[in-house]
Amino acid sequence: MTALLEIRDLKAEIAGKQILNGYDLTVKAGEVHAIMGPNGSGKSTLSYVLSGRPGYKITEGQALLAGADLSQMSVDERAAAGLFLAFQYPLEVPGVATMTFLRAALNAQRKKRGEEEMSSPDLIKRVKELAKILDMDMEMLRRPVNVGFSGGEKKRAETLQMMLLEPKLCILDETDSGLDIDALKVVSNGVNQLRSKDRGIVVITHYQRLLDYITPDVVHVQSAGRIVRTGGKELALELEETGYARYQSEAA
Amino acid sequence: MGNAPITPARKLTDAEARLAEIFAMQQSADAPQLAKLRTAAFDAFAKTGLPNRRDEAWKYTDLRALLRDVKPLAAPPEDSAKQSARSAAVLEGVSARRIVFVGGYFAPALSDLADMEEGLSVAPLSEALAKGDAATTAQLGQVGKVDDPAFALNTAFMGEGVVIRVGVGVCVDRPIQLVFVAGAQPATYFLRSLVIVERGARATLIESFEGETAQEYHVNAATEVVLEEGASLERLKISREGAAAMHVSTFVASLAADAQLSDFGFNLGGAVLRNQSFININGQGAHAGLRGANILKGREHADATLFLDHAAERSESKALFKSVLDDSSQAVFQGKILVRPGAQKTDARMMARTLLLSEGAQANCKPELEIFADDVQCAHGSTVGALDENLIFYLMARGIPQAEAQSLLTEAFVGEVIDIVANRSLREALTGLVSERLRTR
Repeated sequence: MTALLEIRDLKAEIAGKQILNGYDLTVKAGEVHAIMGPNGSGKSTLSYVLSGRPGYKITEGQALLAGADLSQMSVDERAAAGLFLAFQYPLEVPGVATMTFLRAALNAQRKKRGEEEMSSPDLIKRVKELAKILDMDMEMLRRPVNVGFSGGEKKRAETLQMMLLEPKLCILDETDSGLDIDALKVVSNGVNQLRSKDRGIVVITHYQRLLDYITPDVVHVQSAGRIVRTGGKELALELEETGYARYQSEAA
Repeated sequence: MGNAPITPARKLTDAEARLAEIFAMQQSADAPQLAKLRTAAFDAFAKTGLPNRRDEAWKYTDLRALLRDVKPLAAPPEDSAKQSARSAAVLEGVSARRIVFVGGYFAPALSDLADMEEGLSVAPLSEALAKGDAATTAQLGQVGKVDDPAFALNTAFMGEGVVIRVGVGVCVDRPIQLVFVAGAQPATYFLRSLVIVERGARATLIESFEGETAQEYHVNAATEVVLEEGASLERLKISREGAAAMHVSTFVASLAADAQLSDFGFNLGGAVLRNQSFININGQGAHAGLRGANILKGREHADATLFLDHAAERSESKALFKSVLDDSSQAVFQGKILVRPGAQKTDARMMARTLLLSEGAQANCKPELEIFADDVQCAHGSTVGALDENLIFYLMARGIPQAEAQSLLTEAFVGEVIDIVANRSLREALTGLVSERLRTR
């Protein structure tokens, strides 16, 4: 069976500076992986390289989504192919109504996949259901995308987008940053609802705390732009005890 | 009338010489008062001639260089032109009283002057002038002191337009839409309207300029608005002129105490477009909102020049102008705020924002403040930039294709000015025009 995400010896740079140094990672459908690591180890870089952010350049190796080479796809094509990046710092989009944005995103993806577009009433109904799960006020969704939202509200909105778009592979970049414990529980609950045998989830985090709520199948330690250790969920607890110091010296 | 005196030693341009010739030949059945008004205006024009880049107010739109020749004054349009004008400037979902002019002439068959609301009168300018209507003649050119050659030319040659009066305390809900459709032949149109909104009255005025033709034609339009005490007017001007058209328009308004003016100029096409506004805030507590939006492409050039004269206490003005520039298009924003001695507690704000969609596009912004009172708030600013790459990435990361992401963000940029339009159906129609224009980029 083809892996959902297959990264092989990936090297990538930003402005001529190499950040990923031979990255290997395989995520199969149904699995939840956690990538942990110190600040500056290239965790966010990995998420941007996979999603295709301008300026992030693959120099060697490959990243395949369900067997398709991501480097050959534009950013929106990757999204339509089922890749979703939940941003560490979701952006505010002044002047673009949230529902307009959600409709444009969902229907662009569906169109690209040759599926039928979702009607406005169906969309509104679905968004209402999701808002309830995420404990969000529909009033917020009448505002422009993320404008004036608190950090926690932005993460809920990001989770709502993810649940609506039903991607194959979810990458959560430091979703726990800026969340209080209540919001953390709500967001984790949303993510857990997305766990399924057809979907892969990659949780990128600095702290173990999030993994109390989203239990990973596999935990990786990333340092200096590659994975240096892989283990089960107990590895996260171990890291909480020992910190990242030994991995940083190892990598250096 | 005789030959107008041209005093300066400078050799006249072909266009200036032609204008003098046409003026001299103008067969006039005008009432003496009107003939006097025209002659005085032409004399004032002749003193300076066509404005050029050395005139500060015309620095970025050199009319002397741009106006190489003068197209003939418009002849009455053919029936075919009238037919094609039937569907012009229809704002979807907006139920307006339409007054249509084709090729510079009033088209009664296309216009709706029936069932006039009580207290409202709308009449073609040509009728008022032909009748020698003294009240109208006395007010033309008198709404504000405007020393500008393009406006003077308009007064000298004014042909058609409307005279609107909204009586004391009358609220006219249905927007009045003036539709000016260019004829098929090269021509010059001098259009002039006068709008009097009496004490406590309220109205909405739309002025739409359209041209389907690729022929070069010239529009010189002027609208004078008197807002009496507590009167209120929402005005919307849409210019969707032909690709080779030159459009110069002057807006003069006077605001008495507690009057409210909301003006929005929307430029969606034309080779050269100039909207100049002279806003005279004469009464305490009056409020003027002045907004503009340009969506330009090709080599289009749009110039918004604003003079805000605060002459009374506690008055407010808010100006917001937005431009979206593609290809090699150019936008000019000049705004001058004058706060006269004694106009204390004036609150005046002016902002121009430009979005450049291409490296060849250009924006010129020139704000000026001249303040002679010591207890006022005045601010101005301008920004010029491209679409935010990070936002484009965010939208694309959700599956929205690049072109659609750019359109959404561009519509959002323009949306800020449109959101201020109070009339909902108008707001929606304008949003539709923006999307349509951006789709044809």
